[in-house]
Amino acid sequence: MTESSSAAERSDAPTPVAASPTSGGVSRRRLLGTTGTAAAVGLVAGAGVTYAAGRATADGTPADAGPGVPSLDAAIDFHGEHQAGIVTPAQDRLHFVALDVVTKDRAELVALLKTWTRAAERMSAGAEAAPGGLVGGGPFAAPEDTGEAYGLPASGLTITVGFGPSLFDGRFGLAARKPAALENLPAFVGDQLEANRSGGDLCIQACANDPQVAVHAVRNLVRLGFGVVSVRWSQLGFGRTSSTSTAQATPRNMFGFKDGTNNLKLEDPAGLAEHVWVATKDEKPVAAWMVGGSYLVARRIRMHIEIWDRTSLQEQEDIIGRDKKVGAPLGQAKEFDELDFAKKAPDGTPAIPEIAHVRLAHSSNLRGVKILRRGYNFTDGTDGVGHLDAGLFFLAFMRDPGKQFVPMQRALASKDGLNEYIEHNGSAVFACPPGTVPGQFWGQSLFTT
Amino acid sequence: MSRTARRAAPLALATIAALALVGCTDKPDTPSSSTKAGGSGAITVNATDTACELSASTAQAGTVTFDISNAGTKINEFYVYAAGDRIVSEVENITPGLKRQLKVEITEPGTFTTACKPGMVGDGIRSDFTVTGTAAKGSADQKVAKAISDYRAFVATESDKLLAGTEEFVTAVKAGDVAKAKTLYPTARLPWETIEPVAESFGDLDPRIDGREDVIEDGMKFTGYHRLEKDLWVTGLQADSNAIADQLLVDVKEIATKSKSVEPTALTIANGAKALLDEVATGKITGEEERYSHTDLWDFRGNLQGSQSALETLRPVVTERNPALQKTLDARFGELNKLLESHRVNGSFVSYTKLTAADIKALTVSLDALGEEVSKVPAVVESK
Repeated sequence: MTESSSAAERSDAPTPVAASPTSGGVSRRRLLGTTGTAAAVGLVAGAGVTYAAGRATADGTPADAGPGVPSLDAAIDFHGEHQAGIVTPAQDRLHFVALDVVTKDRAELVALLKTWTRAAERMSAGAEAAPGGLVGGGPFAAPEDTGEAYGLPASGLTITVGFGPSLFDGRFGLAARKPAALENLPAFVGDQLEANRSGGDLCIQACANDPQVAVHAVRNLVRLGFGVVSVRWSQLGFGRTSSTSTAQATPRNMFGFKDGTNNLKLEDPAGLAEHVWVATKDEKPVAAWMVGGSYLVARRIRMHIEIWDRTSLQEQEDIIGRDKKVGAPLGQAKEFDELDFAKKAPDGTPAIPEIAHVRLAHSSNLRGVKILRRGYNFTDGTDGVGHLDAGLFFLAFMRDPGKQFVPMQRALASKDGLNEYIEHNGSAVFACPPGTVPGQFWGQSLFTT
Repeated sequence: MSRTARRAAPLALATIAALALVGCTDKPDTPSSSTKAGGSGAITVNATDTACELSASTAQAGTVTFDISNAGTKINEFYVYAAGDRIVSEVENITPGLKRQLKVEITEPGTFTTACKPGMVGDGIRSDFTVTGTAAKGSADQKVAKAISDYRAFVATESDKLLAGTEEFVTAVKAGDVAKAKTLYPTARLPWETIEPVAESFGDLDPRIDGREDVIEDGMKFTGYHRLEKDLWVTGLQADSNAIADQLLVDVKEIATKSKSVEPTALTIANGAKALLDEVATGKITGEEERYSHTDLWDFRGNLQGSQSALETLRPVVTERNPALQKTLDARFGELNKLLESHRVNGSFVSYTKLTAADIKALTVSLDALGEEVSKVPAVVESK
C-alpha cells in the first residue's frame, strides 16, 4: 500500500486539504471531532475530546502518526497483487454489506463486477463514482453519484469484495470452481445466529478514516447493483479494534481492553504468506483463481456490556489475560512482552488463567495457527429492553478458515471466560479474490479462465 | 395521492444546445491525427499530468472529433462541458500512453468548456471551446411529437374508464349493495392509479378524490374513494355516504374532462412514469394506501401499468438515443409484471395482508431495479 496522491480529493473540490490542515476544506471527520489531519501531521488536537487524543499512546504521540502509515486523508492504491483493505493499515471506520445475487444471468453479474471495479477504483482515488457524477448529467438526470462524499478527501478508502459459498451453488456455472476452503462455518457451542445477519452471495467491505466516505462507497455500489444484487445485511463499525501495522497503536474494544496486540502485521510478509494469502499449492487448479486472495470470516459478536461493566477489574483481567491499562500479558510488564503460560501467580495458580481469552486464542495453543484480525466496534441502537446493542464486528482474513478460524473458535466457544458476556449472532465467510491491475475486474480469473 | 406535495415542474428550461454523443472508441496508437472524413479535421488533445493542449479552440457545428493522447503518468479523462458543468460528452479511463477518440455532435453554436482531468479528481485543466454555425438535427423531434399525442390518447382512454367504473361503483354504494361495491372498488379506481401524476396536477381534486384519512390537510374533509373504503370495510355505510358518493362522481367527471386538456412534454411523461413507481415504493408496497380494504396490489397494478404505458409512448425516442436502456427497461418491466401477477388468484389480487415478508422483499428488490432504470429516462428524452 502506498500513499498515491497527497492531493487526492473528490472531484472538483476547490483546494487540496491533505497537505495543509489550515486550508479551506474541512472534512466531516474533523467536524465530528475524530481523527483528523491534525493528528496526521502531528499537531495536538484540541480540547482532549478528539478521537486522536483518545488514541494517543502513553508518551503522548498521536496514535496514527507513525511512519509507514498513510496520512488519514490520503488515497490508498486500489490495484495491487492483493486487494486493498486486508493488510492496509486498519482505518478507523467500516461499512460492511452482504448481498444476494438476484439475477439468474451470469452475464449481468459479470457486467456488475466490471462496473463495480471501475467505480471502486474511482472512489478510492477520491473521485465521484462516475465521471461528473455530482451534476454532470444535467438538470433532468438523477445524479450518478449520490454526492455525500463530494469535497471530502479520499480518507484512506479501501473497498474489498468477497464471494460467499452460496455463489457457487450452480446458478452461475461456478460450482466446479468453488475452492475447497470455502465452506460455511460449522455450528459452534453457544451460537445464536440470526438469518438476517448471516451469509450472503457477495460482500463489500468499505473501510475509511471518515465514516461518510465508507458509507458513500457502499451506497453507490449498492445502487449500481439494483436488479443484479440486493442487500442481505449491513453492518457499520465506528472504531477499529485491530492494528494491521506495527506503526499503529493497538486500539481498544468495547470491553475497554487493547485488542489485537499479537495480530499479524503488514511488516511481516513471511507471516502473511504463511497465514493470510492463498498459495498455489492450497487449491486444485480449478480454484487457482483464489491464489493471492484470502478468506474473510465475519462474526457479529454482541457484547453484554452492561454486565461486563459491573465486573471487577481483576475478573476482567483474568478473563482477557491481559492487564487493562497497558495491555501487558498477566505476569508481564509491557504490552508486547511474550506471553508466558507456565508462569505462576503468587497464589500458585497460572498467571494467565486456563480460561483466559489470550491463552485459548494464542497460536502456541492452536498448533501455530494465526489469523489477521481486522474487526470494528459497533453500537446499533438498543436491544429494546433498555440496553445498547453493542459489540465487536469481528473480521479476520486467513488462508483456510477450516484450519485457522474453526479450531480457534472451537477452543474459545467451549472454554472462553468471555462467553458469559458475549454471543455470536451473525456469521459469514467469503472468498476475497486476489488484487487487480488496471483494466482487470474483481474476480476476473474466476469468470473468464 | 402522494404524501407530499410535489415541487412544481421546472418551467421550460432552455435547451442549452442540440447535442449528442456520437461515440467514443479506442483507437490504435497511431501518432498522426489525420483528417476525419465528413467534417473538419480531428482536434488533437495532448494530455499530461499538468497540461491539456488542444490543437484548436473552435469548431464548426456538426460532429466534432477529439483525438486524446495521454502523455502523462496518471489515468486521465477528457470532458466537454456545457454551462453549469453539464457533461456534453466525456471519455474516461485514459491510461498513460493510451490514445482515445471522442466524437461529439453539436448542432447549435455556443461556448463550451473542455477539460482534462489527470488522476480523475479536481476541476481539471480547463479551457473554453467555441462552436460556430448550426447543423441539421436528428429525427427525434417528430418522435417526441408522436409520443406526446400517444400519451394524450392514453390519458383520455383511462379517464373514460375511470368515469365509467366510478359511475358503477357509486351506483352500488347508493343502492346500499355493500358486497357489490366492495367488489367494484379496486377495479373502479385502477385507471386512476394509471394516470395519477396527471390527476395530481389539478389542485384540490386529487385530495378530494383520493385523500387518505391521515394526510387530509387542515380544513379539508375526509372524502372520496378512501372515505367510502372505510365505510364499506370498517364502519358500515353512514348517513352521509350517499352524499360522499355523489360528490365523488362529480369530482371524477371534472377530472376526466380536465385530464384530456393536459399538454404533456416528453419530460413530464418521463417524470410521471418515475413518479408512479415512487408511489408504489412509498404507498403501495407498504400497505398504506388501502389500509381498510388491503387492495393495495390493485393500485400497484395500476401504477405499474401507468408507468409502463407512459414509457411505451416514448419508446421510439429512447430506442433512438439509448437502445441499451430501452432493452433494460423492457427486461425490468417484464420481471416486475411477472412477479406482481404471481399474486393474482382467479383473476383477483390477493389481500396485502396475505403477503409474507419475503414476498414484499422480492417485490421491493424488483421495484428498485426498475426504478433505477426508469430514473434514467427523463435526461435521455430531454437531452437535446
